[in-house]
Amino acid sequence: MTEQRRVGEFTTVFGSLASHVKGDIEIINDDPRNYAFSNVFDVAARSAPYEKVVVAKNRQYVIETLRAEGVSDWFSAAHDEFALVMDGRVEIDLVKLDFPATVVAPDVEGSVRLTSPPVGRNMGFMRLGRGHQALLPQRAAYRFRATTGVGVIVLQTILGRHSVQKWPAICRS
Amino acid sequence: MSQLSTAGVQATAPNEAGYRSFTLGSFTFSRDEYFAHVEWLSKGTKLSHTMSADVFLRALMRDVAWGFFYGTVNFDDVFGTRNRYGQVEFLAGCHHPTYKSQGLDHFESFDSDLAMRTCKAILHDWTNTGYDPFAAPMETGLAWIGKKVGHNMAAINRRREVCRRMPGLPGDVPLRTDHNRYPVNRAFLDVPQDEPEIHAAPGFEGEVHAFNLFAYLSRSDVTWNPSVSSVCKHSLFCPTSEEYILPVKHANDRVEWFLQLSDQIEWQIEDAVTGLPRAKVVMRPGDVAAMPADIRHQGFARKRAMLLVWENADPELPRLHAQGALPATPAEEFWAESPRKEP
Repeated sequence: MTEQRRVGEFTTVFGSLASHVKGDIEIINDDPRNYAFSNVFDVAARSAPYEKVVVAKNRQYVIETLRAEGVSDWFSAAHDEFALVMDGRVEIDLVKLDFPATVVAPDVEGSVRLTSPPVGRNMGFMRLGRGHQALLPQRAAYRFRATTGVGVIVLQTILGRHSVQKWPAICRS
Repeated sequence: MSQLSTAGVQATAPNEAGYRSFTLGSFTFSRDEYFAHVEWLSKGTKLSHTMSADVFLRALMRDVAWGFFYGTVNFDDVFGTRNRYGQVEFLAGCHHPTYKSQGLDHFESFDSDLAMRTCKAILHDWTNTGYDPFAAPMETGLAWIGKKVGHNMAAINRRREVCRRMPGLPGDVPLRTDHNRYPVNRAFLDVPQDEPEIHAAPGFEGEVHAFNLFAYLSRSDVTWNPSVSSVCKHSLFCPTSEEYILPVKHANDRVEWFLQLSDQIEWQIEDAVTGLPRAKVVMRPGDVAAMPADIRHQGFARKRAMLLVWENADPELPRLHAQGALPATPAEEFWAESPRKEP
């Protein structure tokens, strides 16, 4: 931060697993649960590796928080998903599935864990750091690899069979 | 002026301060050196409302840029607009307890295209050279004050950047760089500009894609104007940079969510219908909060901050919420014991 101050008069504050301070709700005439207030770093700090914890939900659509630690299983979805790295460094491997409909039916929503290694062509890989957002293309298989300890990923996706909802445990009430 | 369509727009000759007045239905809009004045007829009575001209212009700028947005855009406690998607309602006192109790609340519906042309004509005429209603006050100064001096078409014609899938993909909106006139904002000079490493196998160059969202946001040249940076069916990530005060009190017609990416924003939460205070939400980096469908919110950011607004753009949602077919708040959905509110 000291070095960053030299390039301008402002200091931008990001959060991390190691350093985050949750905000607050001051209730005047309301129920704090109406805001489902949580913090992605706080959630990831208390999650299992790659547990897909829902932190926001709007009908079928969700934002999930993943604790990036070690290597994840392979996943795929019938629709695009997007991964935003909020902390740490993460690599993403991609495979173009030869028979995607046999892995995830076209009408299935949310990401699906593969039961065996993906069969298809290697698409390549990406190395991401904080603030980087990646496309997880529909009908491709992907896996995450945390390369510097533990990281945090925010996933834009749809509620699926592996999504975990535990609102009372993560939200201010 | 070539991009400004004025078909059907009713305007007067300039007044002594140099500004034109505009009429839409029974609503008349005029300005002078300091103030914007809105007049309308309610139950046969002529009523008027006065706002600081910069407050009015900053609110109108967002309403225009957002295409009247989702739900209700309250310029303040008295005047606002409500999007009916093809039609737009201009509201006067509709969400103010006293106007309501006295039977003086009033709204008129207009074709959205005509209303938009009128709003753009007001913005064009009332925005002086050197004043940018999209900018933070420290960036744009006081050129809005005084008699009319020129225009600022470049500022008011910025388009909301909406990607189809993700910025930087072939055929999609470009990434922001120095070369396409998106320098890093003065408040984000310390934000790393490194890009992800992309190692695409041959044949997959257009499909393996990532970008630095924080760097993209650090180059935003507007405040309180969400772009769209990733699309999963109706799920839209709408990141935005925020500084000073959200110029409107937004009452969405659906639940939306905020994820604070950097710095801090304080949200003043009021009841959408009565305007009475309900809560204050202080958001710091990593915080996630729902904005229920029955509130209106206004944000305050002392330092330019990065916010991810998350919208569900399903066009059925306003009707379903109006019918009470969907929960207005997460508490009704996520905590089974919470009572369901009547629509």
